[in-house]
Amino acid sequence: MTAIQQKGQKVIALNGDEAVAYAVKQCDVDVVAAYPITPQTIIVEKFSEYVHDGEVDTEFICTESEHSALTCCLTAAAVGARTFTATASAGLALMHEILYVTSGCRAPVVMAVANRALSAPINIHCDHSDSMVERDSGWIQVYAENNQEVYDSIIQAFRIAEHAEVLLPILVGLDGFFLSHTLENVCVLPDEVVRNFVSQRQFPLVKNHEGKLVPFKLDPENPITIGPLDLQDYYFEHKRQQEEAMQRAPEIIKKIHEEYAEISGRRYGNGLVETYRLEDAELATICLGSTAGTVKTVVDELRAKGVRAGLLRIRAFRPLPVQDIIEALRNVKAIAVMDRSCSFGGYGGPVFHEIRHALYDSNPHTHTVNYIYGLGGRDMSQHMILKIYQDLEMIIKTGRTEHLVQFVGLRE
Amino acid sequence: MNTEKKKGWKEIPMAGVCWVPSTSYLTGDWKIYRPVWDSEKCTRCVLCHLYCPDGAITWKAKTNEMIFNYDYCKGCGICEAECPTNAISMKLEGEP
Repeated sequence: MTAIQQKGQKVIALNGDEAVAYAVKQCDVDVVAAYPITPQTIIVEKFSEYVHDGEVDTEFICTESEHSALTCCLTAAAVGARTFTATASAGLALMHEILYVTSGCRAPVVMAVANRALSAPINIHCDHSDSMVERDSGWIQVYAENNQEVYDSIIQAFRIAEHAEVLLPILVGLDGFFLSHTLENVCVLPDEVVRNFVSQRQFPLVKNHEGKLVPFKLDPENPITIGPLDLQDYYFEHKRQQEEAMQRAPEIIKKIHEEYAEISGRRYGNGLVETYRLEDAELATICLGSTAGTVKTVVDELRAKGVRAGLLRIRAFRPLPVQDIIEALRNVKAIAVMDRSCSFGGYGGPVFHEIRHALYDSNPHTHTVNYIYGLGGRDMSQHMILKIYQDLEMIIKTGRTEHLVQFVGLRE
Repeated sequence: MNTEKKKGWKEIPMAGVCWVPSTSYLTGDWKIYRPVWDSEKCTRCVLCHLYCPDGAITWKAKTNEMIFNYDYCKGCGICEAECPTNAISMKLEGEP
């Protein structure tokens, strides 16, 4: 009997979207509101089947747009419901306004984003442009490497978002097509184990306008107002509270990740970052999402040849685990940050901005370069990653950085 | 002018939850100009009361006075503009 079977788990073949839907099915969700968009469509299709077949006790709302889908989730969450939605690309862009309303109202909505490029030209394939542009919207962002992690992350997401110390919406990113449409073996927990893990939503007490302490949800018996007009006098204070919740989130993410590891036997680094053969590494790449799987293969090949290569995968991009990043890269001599999106006119991609900024005050000062890759689903193959490690070797050898920001896998 | 001490971010509930009723939110401190009433010119037609968008002007029967509630008056000047006898003039806050 394997360890998996001992824990009552079973292995089933799921693509990334199905893994999301399966996890949501097990999480006792009250309201799902969504609008289908490639490559997220399967999540909505699969979940609507669960609703039709009576496998879930969920109010499923087919909205006319993503703007409405998120509004439904936000308002349902405000009255105390556990809510979920899913989108991608243009759909996430259409939600933009409500993303801020959701985090500002401290509504713990969970959303899966099947990461896809933004138009134009129109493209349905993977890059991180859609969610990177929302990095300042007050949502926690977690990026999964494979379908197993997609399943595990969705379950953890409800606990993180609804935690009284956090109460922030959370976005789980899965790479469009690379994960969303690719079948993999996924270990799933028994329904009751997940149900116990996610438990019921808890509501912290807040002081209402009558001076009473009441649960933080809209309830006619204990009326409160959420998100009203807030001008020069208090808006700033409320934004500061959101930042504080973000600063509290890393510890909660780690704690829930560890609690989940106890029931599932699965860990992804410390829940915030995952290091791969980084302990004695001189050369390191940093990436998010499914690319990490390919990088790990390249790292193994390089290690077999005696090259001290390693990988740092950022799992939680918001809140950015600054101390974990600095600690993980302490002994590295050259770093390549891989960005699957482009910050047009900026000084490199968004992940690069963050990493280089985080490392600025760390000692010793490390060579940190940026590679923009894989836009619109362009493949990131092993030889391209190998070339990046070779560039890093050259940087260490010469002590010079020829190009700070480069495009990899692009034809001239 | 409303001079209540404002609370810090650690003291207030999250998400804009109101910890006092909306009537305690004194919007009067938005104004730059305040209406000043001239009892002699005023005919008590109460048009100012009817036009005030904040319900901040009332007629007090007992004393036959127009009462301006500066806690809520935002200083929009509609009363001055509508007054048929020029009994209301807008004065800069802080001016006598």
